[in-house]
Amino acid sequence: MKQTGNHTLTLEARGLECIRDDRVLFSELAFRLEPGQALLLEGRNGSGKTSLLRILCGIRLPDAGSVTWCGSDINRLGPDYHEHTAYVGHRDGIKLDLTPLENLAMARALGKPNETTLEAVLEQVDLYGFEDVLTRNLSAGQKRRLALARLLVTDTVLWILDEPFTSLDVHGIQVVEQLLEQHTARGGMLAVTSHHPVNFKHTTVQRIDLSA
Amino acid sequence: MKSDSLTRAFALLLKRDLTLAVRHRAEMINPLLFFILVTSLFPLGIGADPRLLQAVGPGVIWVAALLAALLSLEGIFRSDFEDGTLEQLLLSSHPVSVLVLAKVLAHWLITGLPLLLVSPLLGVLLGLPAAAIQILLLTLVLGTPVLSLLGAVGVALTVGLRKGGMILSLLVLPLYVPLLIFAANAVDTAAAGLPVTAHLSLISALLVLALSLSPLATAAALRISLS
Amino acid sequence: MNFFHRLSSPKYFYRFAGRLLPWLAAAFVLFTLAGLYYGLVVAPPDYQQGDSYRIMFIHVPAAWMSLFIYMVMAGAGAIGLIWHIKLAEVFSISSATIGASFTFLALVTGSIWGKPMWGTWWVWDARLTSELILLFLYLGVIALHNAIDDKRTAARATAILAIVGVVNIPIIHYSVEWWNTLHQGPTVTKFDKPSIHLSMLIPLLLMAVAFKLYYALVVLMRARCEVLERERNTQWVRELVE
Repeated sequence: MKQTGNHTLTLEARGLECIRDDRVLFSELAFRLEPGQALLLEGRNGSGKTSLLRILCGIRLPDAGSVTWCGSDINRLGPDYHEHTAYVGHRDGIKLDLTPLENLAMARALGKPNETTLEAVLEQVDLYGFEDVLTRNLSAGQKRRLALARLLVTDTVLWILDEPFTSLDVHGIQVVEQLLEQHTARGGMLAVTSHHPVNFKHTTVQRIDLSA
Repeated sequence: MKSDSLTRAFALLLKRDLTLAVRHRAEMINPLLFFILVTSLFPLGIGADPRLLQAVGPGVIWVAALLAALLSLEGIFRSDFEDGTLEQLLLSSHPVSVLVLAKVLAHWLITGLPLLLVSPLLGVLLGLPAAAIQILLLTLVLGTPVLSLLGAVGVALTVGLRKGGMILSLLVLPLYVPLLIFAANAVDTAAAGLPVTAHLSLISALLVLALSLSPLATAAALRISLS
Repeated sequence: MNFFHRLSSPKYFYRFAGRLLPWLAAAFVLFTLAGLYYGLVVAPPDYQQGDSYRIMFIHVPAAWMSLFIYMVMAGAGAIGLIWHIKLAEVFSISSATIGASFTFLALVTGSIWGKPMWGTWWVWDARLTSELILLFLYLGVIALHNAIDDKRTAARATAILAIVGVVNIPIIHYSVEWWNTLHQGPTVTKFDKPSIHLSMLIPLLLMAVAFKLYYALVVLMRARCEVLERERNTQWVRELVE
């Protein structure tokens, strides 16, 4: 499943600056992320973690600096960059009036599909049996797991996750942690922010503290 | 192969929005009722003299259609914005303008098409002759997609704003003026028994222009609103 | 080229524009006085409209400006959007209110021009109607800009709106012209410009230049204010204020 030529896949940030409401949230931020690695963002509420993740997605433009993917600016690459990334933000990114299967089918169509069946994906996030229930009728934890299931229906290298463990119970957290580790073990990359301490056993972790 | 998956994405997004609309069937009727109500207010406001009504009929119906379209447009991106699916469209590996086109098409099928079906009734209410009603239908078929396409740009610019709805009218109604002029006049001209090919060509030209340019503008506006 | 590169720096622009202001102000006063003199004193009364046509020397240049400024606003907005040049964004939004004011001026003077001729304060003449719609287009840009808190996002959004407007303006203009020819009453309702005599052309052009100078003057002043506000956290602005 993973591409050959992994050694050329890098996400690099240089001189990143983010200003919101007149406050400089961070400036001269730089890092380099390679396959198998996770970027963990830490900091108080309002320190710019979500803004940084959105800059890495390409949704938000940095006030200074650049983010490059394999050497090219992500905002110039556009869909060619988005093909390799998947984002789960604060909001789940799923429609409440569709079933989990319908939601995943849509998520798959928007990206580069992988080979796993949608039913198998639902099983991986412990939503087996809920294929045809309207998402509206799921619990908050189940909805969050469905949102994260979007990561598993496309073939993406970089996962950008904003508070992925919100609303999850202990079991749910374990399931997701396992998925994240499997992803990096296969050569994937992670950019994560989490209030909940993340248990990365086998992944190389780079930490950036935005409160500093 | 890329275009294959793009077609699939377009079709699935269209199907998704239509499915969502069907699951909220009750909401589909609101713009329709508004259309009928506004049109019906005019005889009450200006008197029921048949000649007067026939003279103002085309303009009144078209203005009511504009307002009904505007009313229904606000919803095109709102729910997607709130549940986070709108930004997923921006993060897709497909060009956003094509995805926008799918959403606008779905929106037109849900809100524009019903207006078409009701318009002959309104034509009768205002005493329009049969020839005029035929042309009314034709102008609506060509014109309501233009309303959806142009309106989508306005909605995309205001989707993140608190009072977005209020300035939407200000942004979009001036852009509707040419369509209103050509369409209302086409129906008027048809009522007088004269040919309207020139009018229909002009409206078709507006449609082609809107089809080619507004998805791009809407995509750009969405990127800006969501940043 | 080096000059333009330096000019795009807000700090350099602020100083440079500041030095230009007195010259622009002087030129504006000069051309206005000349234009008004030629228009009100030298030019002969029109054989059809008498002296009331003289409002044309304000109305016509104002209408030209209203269109010209919209195009500058859209163009500057496009430049700011495509090449991420802050100064272009500043110019774009600084032009909006000035353009709206000229449009309003054109409407008011058009109305004043019409009163002695038609007895009413408003006629749905092609040009006046087009100007009215143009005013709404301007107000839309201003409203959108005010509704968005973040300056950069506001600039980018209004640039899109201005570009959409600019594409539509010829279409709107043409459709309104067409509409107007259809609904003419038995009497001629179009504003007939008196056949332009050279003695009338000169003041018209003088006023057109005067208005352009006014625009340049005021847009630079507003741009300087806008630059100060945007850059208020930088060193050079802090030093300036102290």
